[in-house]
Amino acid sequence: MSPGSLLRGVARRPVLALALAVIIGVFACALLAPLLAPYAPDDQMFDGLSLDGAPLPPSAQFLLGTDTLGRDLLSRLIYGARTSLLIGLVANGTAVMIGLAVGVIAGYFSGLLGGVLMRFTDLMTAFPALLLAIVLAALLKPSLWIVAMVIAMVNWVQVARIGYTETRSLAERDFILAERAMGAGNLRILTRHILPHLVPTAIVWGTLGIATTVLLEATLSFLGIGVQPPQPSWGNIVFESQSYFQSAPWLVFFPGAAILATALSFNLVGDALRDLIDPTQRGRD
Amino acid sequence: MTAPVLSVEGLCVDARTPQGARRVLHDVSFALNAGETLCLAGESGSGKSVTSLAIMRLLAKSSLRVAAGAIKLGGQDLLALPESAMRRLRGGDVAMIFQEPMTSLNPVMSIGAQLTEAIRIHQGAQDAPARARDMLDAVRITDPARRLAQFPHELSGGMRQRVMIAMALSCRPRVLIADEPTTALDVTVQAQILTLMRELKGEFGTSIILITHDMGVVAEMADRVAILQGGRIIEQAGVVPLFTAPREDYTRTLLAAVPRLGARAGEDGPPRVTTISPPTPPPGESPVLFVRDLAVTYRAHGKWFGGGSALKAVDNVSFELRRGRTLGLVGESGSGKSTTGKAVLGLIPFAGEVALDGVPIAGLSTREMRPLRRKAQMIFQDPYASLDPRMPVAAAIAEPLAIHGIGTASERRERAAELLRRVGLSPDHGSRYPHEFSGGQRQRICIARALALEPRLIVADESVAALDVSVRARVLDLMLELQETMGLAYLFISHDMAVIERMCHDVAVMRAGRIVEAGSRRAVFEAPADAYTRELMAAVPVPDPTRRPGVPLIPE
Repeated sequence: MSPGSLLRGVARRPVLALALAVIIGVFACALLAPLLAPYAPDDQMFDGLSLDGAPLPPSAQFLLGTDTLGRDLLSRLIYGARTSLLIGLVANGTAVMIGLAVGVIAGYFSGLLGGVLMRFTDLMTAFPALLLAIVLAALLKPSLWIVAMVIAMVNWVQVARIGYTETRSLAERDFILAERAMGAGNLRILTRHILPHLVPTAIVWGTLGIATTVLLEATLSFLGIGVQPPQPSWGNIVFESQSYFQSAPWLVFFPGAAILATALSFNLVGDALRDLIDPTQRGRD
Repeated sequence: MTAPVLSVEGLCVDARTPQGARRVLHDVSFALNAGETLCLAGESGSGKSVTSLAIMRLLAKSSLRVAAGAIKLGGQDLLALPESAMRRLRGGDVAMIFQEPMTSLNPVMSIGAQLTEAIRIHQGAQDAPARARDMLDAVRITDPARRLAQFPHELSGGMRQRVMIAMALSCRPRVLIADEPTTALDVTVQAQILTLMRELKGEFGTSIILITHDMGVVAEMADRVAILQGGRIIEQAGVVPLFTAPREDYTRTLLAAVPRLGARAGEDGPPRVTTISPPTPPPGESPVLFVRDLAVTYRAHGKWFGGGSALKAVDNVSFELRRGRTLGLVGESGSGKSTTGKAVLGLIPFAGEVALDGVPIAGLSTREMRPLRRKAQMIFQDPYASLDPRMPVAAAIAEPLAIHGIGTASERRERAAELLRRVGLSPDHGSRYPHEFSGGQRQRICIARALALEPRLIVADESVAALDVSVRARVLDLMLELQETMGLAYLFISHDMAVIERMCHDVAVMRAGRIVEAGSRRAVFEAPADAYTRELMAAVPVPDPTRRPGVPLIPE
């Protein structure tokens, strides 16, 4: 698959091109935040509030309006992209990796090891995720990295379940038996013949999970154990402002739209990526 | 002459593809007369199933569409009927039975509930349960009252197909479409089902469209035959003229490719396909495979507490196999032949003695087993399932070399190319993926992969069962040629007596985990000593319509 045909494939699907543009835009915001943001994200400006102290709607001076403390919303969103993207990628990546490792090992070595691993997974599934996150976050001092780890600890269970089921069905297939008949060891079978088949699942979960991760981070922020203010994240902007939804709808609308657009774009790109790396789908459209 | 029950006139079907409509059925016309059995015969992809689904108007709407033609049932054009009228017709006037009776029955409904449902829908009969019992009686199922309360998984494959037939005939359809009704069944069961269908056709006054790839079944069942190839009917004739004087080349090839039982009578061993003289193993050379008192036990899953019961899948099996020879393991499903094949390669735990090339393998660890794996390879029934769909075929063929760390990457690539050529494929195909090949080509790829380590023994488990007859003959010839040039020993596992006869020097007949008869192929086939062997041989359909057997119908 050459880069040229890849580009043509993207160009033929305008929705995919748009999704890619959104993701590139979000990454650009995260990397170049100090250059792109018109103001500092935590600068509480005097002229950012009306005379009776209400936040300002979008105007030429503040493109997306200001929040209740007179901070520029656009700047906060641009800096928030940093936090949210970081948590989305790190937390999700970790969750998918842990989940796959547990699922694949449990599925391939069924028996005692598999049983123990999957019962542990069941236990984690049954445990209320939010409660677990609160306990973990309360025990450890809240910081961006801790929040990411806490979210990963909560989110890996679904991936483990799916990885387990898929591995079980793969392990029964004839080509795995054929590998064993050729003398391949477990490590080779796992890494070369089972994991590659799970990549599509991992991609779909990795991208689907970004939306839930951003939202879970927002929930944790709301409870005061997430990303600590004044550091902005898309989630905590929504939660800080939700009681002003009636009087200042832009405060919820813009960060909400950012979360939605990013999550959707990741899903679309993930789907396209999955089709692209599946040899049986190649040449189709 | 009376009007035909069903007539198909100029039927064309298009498949929807990204490149636009592609015609898969070209101008198919035939007529089915009252009380007649018409066979639609052809290889995979010939359009025989599409034809039957079009008659039922059950084509998958998203991909297939009738482009032209008419299907008339007693003068009424089915293609013009509204869906509601068609639904009354399906199962009522035109009924269908499928290849796999297990998947065509609802696993969570009792046999009785499914039968009475079919009867109620079409006849609104008050006495549906009683009629259901009568139908089971009609298809010669013993103890019908008890069967009504049973579920599909409690019945054998043959019994399930009888239930399907009972269901299909319960509304006395004018036309019964049977799509490969016996392909998934054992040969002795197949003989019973075919006899049953012949008898019921008279009793119920039904005309039958029988779809099959098996010319033996055609010879036994058909009054008339239509041969399909590439979506066209290329020849249509009465069954005797078709078999005795086929007009078309393709029909001739098809008939010639059918292995006939008894074709090798009076000969020892398989035909020679090369000029290489047969190997004369030095006296005292240990057999490639030596098996004594092999037993494989499956532990059935117990309840939560307490152990499960043990099930002996293979018991007391002994044989030996020498260089350049083929031992056929023949038997019906559940006879333990595949389990034996896996056990001798050490793929499943077993008891007893197994020696590969003189080295006992019992109790060896994976690591100790590895060098022995080079000596013995396996070819499976379904070549598509046994190739990793995410691996280009050249990599798949080089995989055994990579596993054993033989050669550099480029040497392995060269070897893969050479092996592709060896099995009759172009080395340029190496970068393609398994789904881009046909069934026969895929099996060649599997053979190439098995050859990569230059093994001494190949276990071929139903290796040609999934292939069309014409392709099957070529793959078998390839295997014979490789045996002669490389001195391979084959453990050839099959349910197909004709294939076994063609390929083997020696034969062991298995039933319920034991060998009931073993000996040279000639001795076993020409003078079978065991009653079961004789039963197996009698049940094989003979591709000669003038020699229809009268198999006595045994109630099941």
